[in-house]
Formats: sequence, C-alpha cells, structure tokens
Amino acid sequence: MAPNSSPKKEVFRIALLGNPNSGKTAIFNLLTKLRHKVSNYPGVTVEQKTGLIRLKNGRMAEVIDLPGTYSLTPESLDEKIVAEEVTKWIHNINKPDVIISVVDASNLSRNLYLTTQLTDLGIPVVMALNMMDRVKSGTIDHHLLKEKLGIQSVIPMSAKQKWGVDQLLEQLIDVSESSAIDQSFMIPLNIPSQVSEVLEPVTDLFREHMRYSPRLAVAQALRIITRKSALELYSNVGTDFEGIDPTIFEKLLSVRENFIQKLGILNYSHRILEATLRYALIDQIINDVQADRTKVLNEVTRSERLDRILTHKWLGPVIFISIMYLIFQSVFTFAAGPMDWIDALIHRLGETILKTMESGMLRDLIVDGVIGGVGAILVFLPQILILVFFLTILEDSGYMARVAFMLDKMMTKVGLHGRSALPLISGYACAIPGIMASRTIDSWKERLITILILPLMSCSARLPVYTLLIGAFIPATTIGGFISLQGLVLVFMYILGTGVAFILGWIFSKFIPVQGKSSFVMEMPPYRFPIMGSVFHQVFTRGKLFIKNAGQIILAISIVLWFIASFPKSPDSINGNRVEHSYAGKLGKLVEPIIEPLGFDWKIGIGLITSFAAREVMVSTLATLYSVENEDDSVVHLSEALVNDTDPDTGKPRYNILIALSLMIFYVFAAQCMATFAIVKVETNSWKWPIFMICYMSILAYGSSFLVYQGGRWLGY
Amino acid sequence: MPEQLTIAQLSTDDVARIVGFSGSLELQSRLVEMGFLPGVLIRLIKRSAFGGPFQLKVRDYYVSLRKNDSENIIVEKLI
Repeated sequence: MAPNSSPKKEVFRIALLGNPNSGKTAIFNLLTKLRHKVSNYPGVTVEQKTGLIRLKNGRMAEVIDLPGTYSLTPESLDEKIVAEEVTKWIHNINKPDVIISVVDASNLSRNLYLTTQLTDLGIPVVMALNMMDRVKSGTIDHHLLKEKLGIQSVIPMSAKQKWGVDQLLEQLIDVSESSAIDQSFMIPLNIPSQVSEVLEPVTDLFREHMRYSPRLAVAQALRIITRKSALELYSNVGTDFEGIDPTIFEKLLSVRENFIQKLGILNYSHRILEATLRYALIDQIINDVQADRTKVLNEVTRSERLDRILTHKWLGPVIFISIMYLIFQSVFTFAAGPMDWIDALIHRLGETILKTMESGMLRDLIVDGVIGGVGAILVFLPQILILVFFLTILEDSGYMARVAFMLDKMMTKVGLHGRSALPLISGYACAIPGIMASRTIDSWKERLITILILPLMSCSARLPVYTLLIGAFIPATTIGGFISLQGLVLVFMYILGTGVAFILGWIFSKFIPVQGKSSFVMEMPPYRFPIMGSVFHQVFTRGKLFIKNAGQIILAISIVLWFIASFPKSPDSINGNRVEHSYAGKLGKLVEPIIEPLGFDWKIGIGLITSFAAREVMVSTLATLYSVENEDDSVVHLSEALVNDTDPDTGKPRYNILIALSLMIFYVFAAQCMATFAIVKVETNSWKWPIFMICYMSILAYGSSFLVYQGGRWLGY
Repeated sequence: MPEQLTIAQLSTDDVARIVGFSGSLELQSRLVEMGFLPGVLIRLIKRSAFGGPFQLKVRDYYVSLRKNDSENIIVEKLI
C-alpha cells in the first residue's frame, strides 16, 4: 500500500462467493442495479463480473461476482477461476475488504461448507442467507448461526422477492467503517490430536515461508492434502501471481506425500479428511440453529412431483422433443404477424422517401442501400426475440438441468456429456455464450468436443437466411391439415445441423485422447417460475445486439456494397444487368466458378463474402443488390425479387427450390462467424482447434451442398 | 448387521445410510464436499431410462449421479 494514501478513500472491494445456483448473480444485480443474466442452472456464471456502486456513506465500492463453487479446492474450470482468485487474496493480491458468502437457506448444510472455508481466510465474511422465501419462517435461528460461525453477520433475504438487500448494504457499510478483524482465533475444527501431530510439518511450512495465520495455515494444509489441484495453485496462478519459490513448492510436495502416508497408517483417507472435519462442525451447527430436520429426506417436494412427469423414463424424452418442436414451430408462426408489420412499415418508409426526396444519388443510397439492406434484416427481429424468450424460460425454470439428466446417457454415447446439453441448446441462439457455458463440463475431452460441434447448432443469425429462402421457395401448404410445410423445412434444418453435430462428436471422440476422468455429479435445482424481469431483459439484450449489428455492421456493409454495386455506371448501350458490370458484380463473378457446382451464382457469391461479417448479412446483401438493380422508382420486395429473377440468356428463373435447399444446407454447415473462432481460440488456448473447426466445417458445407445440388439435378429437378 | 449394497442396487424411494466408498477414488473428494459422508442418509428418487444417471436426495437437495459412480458408494438400506 502506498504510504500516504488514506485507506478509507480507496475503493471498497466486495466479493460474492457461494455455491452454484445459490443466487449470487441475482444478488449482484440487486446490489449493482445491473441486469446480468440469472439462471436456474448450476454454474451459469462462468467468469468474473464486476460492478461499481456508491455506498450510503459515500464510499465507492466494487462488487465482484465469481462463478459458483462447492469448495475452494477446484474440480472444474469455472471452479478453478475461484480457487485461483482466492489464492491471490491469501497472498494479498486483489484482496477484497469483505466477502459476501451467499447461502441458499433451503439447502443450508451443503452451502455452509464453503462458508466455513471462507471464514479461515482472514477476510471479514457477511452471510447473505438467500432464498428465505423457500423455508418456513422461524425454522432458522440466524442470530445463533452468526455466533456459531463467528462471522460479521447473517442477513436473511430473498433476492427473488427483492427483500433484505438494504440490510445487506447497511452491513457492508458497517464493515467498511470498522477496523480489521481479529485473526488470532484457531480453526474451529475438531482435529484429532494424532492427525494434527502429523499435519504439523505442512502447517509449519505455510507459517514459516508464507507467513500465514495459524488458522489459515491449517486450512490450506487440509486443502492441499485433499486434492493435488489445490497444491498446483501455488505453482502458477494466472498473470498477477507468479507462484511461490520452487524449492518451497518441492518441499510442500514431499511433506504432502509424507502426510498422506502417515494418515493412511492412522486409517484416515486424505481425500475425505477436510470434508469429514468440516461437516462434523456443520452438522453440529445445523442441529443447534435449524428446527425440524426429521422429515426433510422423505418430504416429497413440488419439484419432485413435477419430475415424476417431466423426467419420467419414457414420457420425459417425449415431452422434451415436443417442447423443442413447439419452440421452433412457434418461431415461425407467432413471428409471422409482427414480421409483416415491420415489413410494411419499412416499405412505407422507403416509398415516403421516394416520393418526398428529389431523385439522385443520395436518394438511391438511402432507399437502395440503407433501407434495402438494413430494413431487410430488421424484419427478422421478432423471430429472434421469440427464440431467445423460449430458451431463457427453459433455463430459468430449472428444466435445463433435467434435460442434462435425461440426455447424459445418450450424450456420453456420442462422446459428449449431460452438461453439453445446455451449451448446445443455447447455441441455437448464438454459439458464443454456448461455448462459454461449456466451461461447466469438468472433463476436457468432452468439453472440447462440445465446443467443436457447437457451431453446427443453427444459431439465430442463420434464421433470416432460412426464413427468406423458405418463404420464397417452399410452398405454403400444410401436411395433414395442420403441420406447415415451411415450418417443417425449418425444423429440418435445425435437425440436420444437430444430427450431424452428434455424428461428428462421436467421430471426434474416437480421435481425441482422454484427459482425466469424467463424472456427472449435477444438482437438480428446484423448479421455479422464471423471474420474468430477467427473462425480458435477456430478450431485450439480444434484440438490442441484433439492432446494433443492423445499425453498425450491416449499415456499413450495405453502404459500401451500394457503392461497389452501383459503380462503375454501365453505359446505356449494355443490355441486361447493371450490377453485373459493377465492382461488386466483378467480385461475385470472380468467385462464381468455385460455387457454381453448388448452384450458386455471382449474387450469392457476393453474399457469401459479406457473410463473414455476420451470417444474416447474406439477406441484406441480396436486398441491396436487387434494390440497385431495380430501375423503377419503387421499393423492392426481396423474396419476390428472388422468385422473379430470370437468367437473361435462357429466360428461365435464376433460382429455384433446389438452389434454395442447397444454399440453406450450406448455411447449416459453413464456417462463417469470425467471432466464434476468436472465442474458440481463447477457450482452447490454441490455434489448432479453431483452424480444425474452419476446415471441417468448410468441407462439410461444400460437400453437402454439392451433393444436394448435383444429386437434385441428376434426379431431374 | 444390515446388508451392504451400493447405491446402484437400490430401488426407487429406498432410504439408505452411506457407509463408505469403493473403487475409483477420483470422485470421492467432490462427493464428500457435497455432503456425501459416511453416516448421512440418502433417498433414491429415480433411475433414468437405458441405464442413464440416478437421481438422489441427500441432505436438503436433489442430485444426479452416473450409474458407474453410484456403484462406488456403499450404503446400508433402512427399511
């Protein structure tokens, strides 16, 4: 600390720690007034988030939300983030001034495990006893709980019902104004004397070389003994902490081995030592503070009754498939009305400008470039919002954990993991959050395969492409009177991507070596009615992103495209297509030979090039091209323009159902989203996997489109 | 003394007391941290289709475990 800086003026640092699904993010949102995604699925917060607030006493405070963890000894990647952070705190790097230990009151004993670990760190602990709405009032004596744990305070609250936050904030002010806590207390665990005797060499090392308090030294000794991963935290922790002296590390390693041996002689297992000691303390505390524990195990909760149907052996999978089918059908049917309204609105806007502005380049740019391009994309907003709405509801209700449970067996058969279900399904909205969510999969191999196949889940950016082509080329008939053919084709595209993803997962699993053992210990959170504010916020955020994309990337591309599609102006003597002789046309003609075997012409070629910015740009590109091509003073309707486009040489329609199918299938597989590859590079920490991904996806896309188009032609279409 | 079984041998709604662990120890540390300790009671909620995971209730919460992991937790069945 700088010698003349007054500690009171510094930013007060608050760290939120708790079990997965204990409501940390909901409390973080209440404290900071931010709206992060909350979820009812264990482990959704996969990275650290921070927010700044001003406390009532005027002091600035930084709130840090960390991933959920059951223990400070890491098992999966998201837990390692927490363990690394805490290791830094112990060595006075980024140390918070207070820890809020978030505890699910309806699941007290297991949640207290982490709390007891936190009390040993020498940092003040305030407990947010969350989810009090789920426990009968008067069954937890929170004053006694505070006494027994020896922490600063216990604040009963409910983040869902939004009460208790003010008391929590007041308590934080109290801590920020009080002096440091007394660290002289011994660890409250009842360690048998023979064990603590043999443990001494380990604790001594921590005390001598790292100047730990007696309490912290015992806590860390127990931790590194439980798992080697806890010891490895001492060798290298990210960027701010270069680890301890290698010679001390070696010493720790040898005293650890020694201790484990001696412990074995005493008939104790080192893997369960810390937990046994801590739960002995916890069970005693629970006995004192919590009333009426006898019926808990046999009590059939509402969630359990719901699960009798929703995860029923046979009914469960049928319900899951029906839900997914209904979601994709409704994306098509519910969105139809709003899409027509937006379309009409944009059309009218274009015509108003045509009528009111003087003709000239600027008017052409606005009508053909901006309204044509950006407008064509905005039409798809309702579909994306509906999709995100349903996927958020699934997750927030607690259903996704059940999907993981039901699919685990099937997933392991194809080299994946039950926990792959959530990342893969969120891939239907966007691959990037899906790839981030794969961090909750604790085995590297299964996580890597999940990441590799994730871009095959049709994301919402492909939806505009599918919808445009289906609307233009698939007849709007129904099968059997109620299943719409257009909806069916859309669902087929999703099934195609998903099915091929699973097949590839299975193939990849044969070649990627196993690293570590895989297990599926997953908590099934209670079902709850989704927090609608959070759901709508999630929908709103996705919508905003989509519009922002349309307003920036797509706008920019549309304007550039308008210029290169309009110039050089072809002399009037040339018959036929104006765009064909422009710069854009030349660019398209350049790639045409490569894509011709797939049935694609130069216009689609231009779209494929611009799609590297974002997949939906294909739609805005085609819209801009047709607008420029259109010589009348009118606003072009894209799907009509596609159907009516004829080849001037043959007089036949340029596009047909076969080309539409070939193009859709190309989009199912093609590697187009650069942001996805950037995130894969970060998550796998190598160039190897993103490059592999681009290669396999490109081969798959080209190959299947080739087969579809050439096969279709051979069959006479 | 009651008969010793593994969790995988229990049927729906059986209540049993955890006795210890066997076989691969990889998972043990995680399970004990989540409160699966000798002496603790569990109730088997369901087994999913095709030999998929088991769902249990332990302490105040529901959790799922794969079949091969359930085979490594030794319990004694209570009536």
